[in-house]
Amino acid sequence: MSPIIEARGLTKTFGDVRALDNLNLTADSGCVTALLGPNGAGKTTFINAVATLLSPSSGELFVDGIDVIKHPKRVRQIIGLAGQSASVEPAMTGRENLNMVARLFGLDRSSAQSAAVAVLDRLGLSEAGDRLVRTYSGGMRRRLDLGASLVGSPRLLLLDEPTTGLDPRSRMDLWDAIRSLVADGTNVLLTTQYLEEADQLARDVVIVDHGRVIASGTPDELKGQAGRDVIEVRPHHAFALAAVHEVLATVAAEPPRTDIDMQRVSAPVDSGAEGLASVVRLLDERGVSVDDIGLRRPTLDEVFLVLTGQTIESGDATSAAKA
Amino acid sequence: MTTTIDAPVLLTTPRPPVAGSTFVTTTLTTAKRTVLQFFRTPQLLMMGTVQGALFLFMFRFVFGGAIKTGGAVTYVDFLVPGFLVTTVLWTGMSAASGVAEDSNTGVYDRLRSLPLPRSAVMLGRSLADTALVSWGLLVTGVFGLLFGFRPHASAGAVLLAVAVMVVSGFAMTWVFVFLGLVSGSAQAAQGMSMLVIPFSFVSSANVPIKSMPGWMQPFAANQPISVMINATRSLMQGGTKRIGIEHTTTYWVVLTLIWCVGISVVFGYLCVARFSRTK
Repeated sequence: MSPIIEARGLTKTFGDVRALDNLNLTADSGCVTALLGPNGAGKTTFINAVATLLSPSSGELFVDGIDVIKHPKRVRQIIGLAGQSASVEPAMTGRENLNMVARLFGLDRSSAQSAAVAVLDRLGLSEAGDRLVRTYSGGMRRRLDLGASLVGSPRLLLLDEPTTGLDPRSRMDLWDAIRSLVADGTNVLLTTQYLEEADQLARDVVIVDHGRVIASGTPDELKGQAGRDVIEVRPHHAFALAAVHEVLATVAAEPPRTDIDMQRVSAPVDSGAEGLASVVRLLDERGVSVDDIGLRRPTLDEVFLVLTGQTIESGDATSAAKA
Repeated sequence: MTTTIDAPVLLTTPRPPVAGSTFVTTTLTTAKRTVLQFFRTPQLLMMGTVQGALFLFMFRFVFGGAIKTGGAVTYVDFLVPGFLVTTVLWTGMSAASGVAEDSNTGVYDRLRSLPLPRSAVMLGRSLADTALVSWGLLVTGVFGLLFGFRPHASAGAVLLAVAVMVVSGFAMTWVFVFLGLVSGSAQAAQGMSMLVIPFSFVSSANVPIKSMPGWMQPFAANQPISVMINATRSLMQGGTKRIGIEHTTTYWVVLTLIWCVGISVVFGYLCVARFSRTK
């Protein structure tokens, strides 16, 4: 199957700033691909390049095999874009908004109307469909904006930070909506600075920083790159910390670390489940009682930390401070 | 994964990709949005109306007594046609901030990502704003009649005057749309729109140009708003002699149309170029 997006050596400079720096990326058809990275990493620039809104300084970019630089008009026929801010019209109803975008996508009057009805229905906005968007909550607006990007049944959906600023409940609603799209065969490229979001939604995650791809793969593969699973044990008594340390040392891949403040010992292990089983057995033999014991997979934040030496959140904080 | 994709791949979607929206559909669809935005926002509707009525009231009753028209018409008959033309400017200002807002909130990004003729989006915006300007003219005209204004010309001439104002409005909206596109933010657009103040006041709208200092007169007499005002006023009040200006009515109407065509072509081109530009 040909990739839905393929970028080769894509570079975009704004004055001295290299927003995209020789970026290579392949997004497979039939899945969600997430671009993960801090603010200013080039995520939005890449989305805008795919959406034909800006022309790259150099490199090649294909959407579904179509050269974006040579044939932007043909690309526009198969993409749907939902930008960072919900760009729906507050003075129109949800239905009118969808109808308008469907017409602009090229659907005739009756197809546009039925497409609008279908999209309202699938996003759970049927009841609110005839209310002015002005009266919608933030989460409803974002959902409607998502609807506006898919009302023309695009082959590829581009979602730029679709859940930024939403409360957890609305975020999960939107996640469900995005998942159901993929089940229908829509390809999705989304950007996010939330690790959990990439983890939850994407089959493939592409980590970008300073306009370059620094890692890509499934969430599990990426977590594998960051290092090993970690076993954490918190004994009931502080005096048992030393004993726990000894036990963990027998299964650990690296020397265990004792966190006195948290009364906790942790150690990376090669085979998590087996290691955990033997730790439990050994502690039991020694009669050490524990409050908490667990196996933890590395988070995507740790992946980012390993790859760049900084956390996504701290990268975020510096760019926020600049702004 | 490794398939060569340089050659376009045929799409095998359940629904073939649509060719996109036509010029007419795009124009009307985007224009409708702007018009609905205005008429469904009571604050916009009220502010425009109240502001226009208030200014007209002030000029008519506060300043009016001290101003000599220099022609055979009373001040209210002199004032209202000029005031109507400047209404075009004042209501057009909202186009600039509206356009700036659409640029910033992602509305225009979405439109640019859709398969449609981009020039039609600009035409839709301009036509919608022309409709809103026409609404402003209607409201101000009604207040003018209430405050004592009466046209002294045939119905045909008055209709022609209305047409001149609408065409002038169409031309001026391109200027405001352009200001909105280049301004960067709604506030900046509002600020840039203040440029209308000299054009509105240093004109033949409220006072005869002969009452201004000599250095100001060449600009005041020849700037396009004055030309539009002279055409409108002359049509509504039965000729150039009665309103105390030179040339014939036809002269001012033709000159107005030339200005309108020039402004529309130049700024229309600039708007489309700016809107279609890929960064």
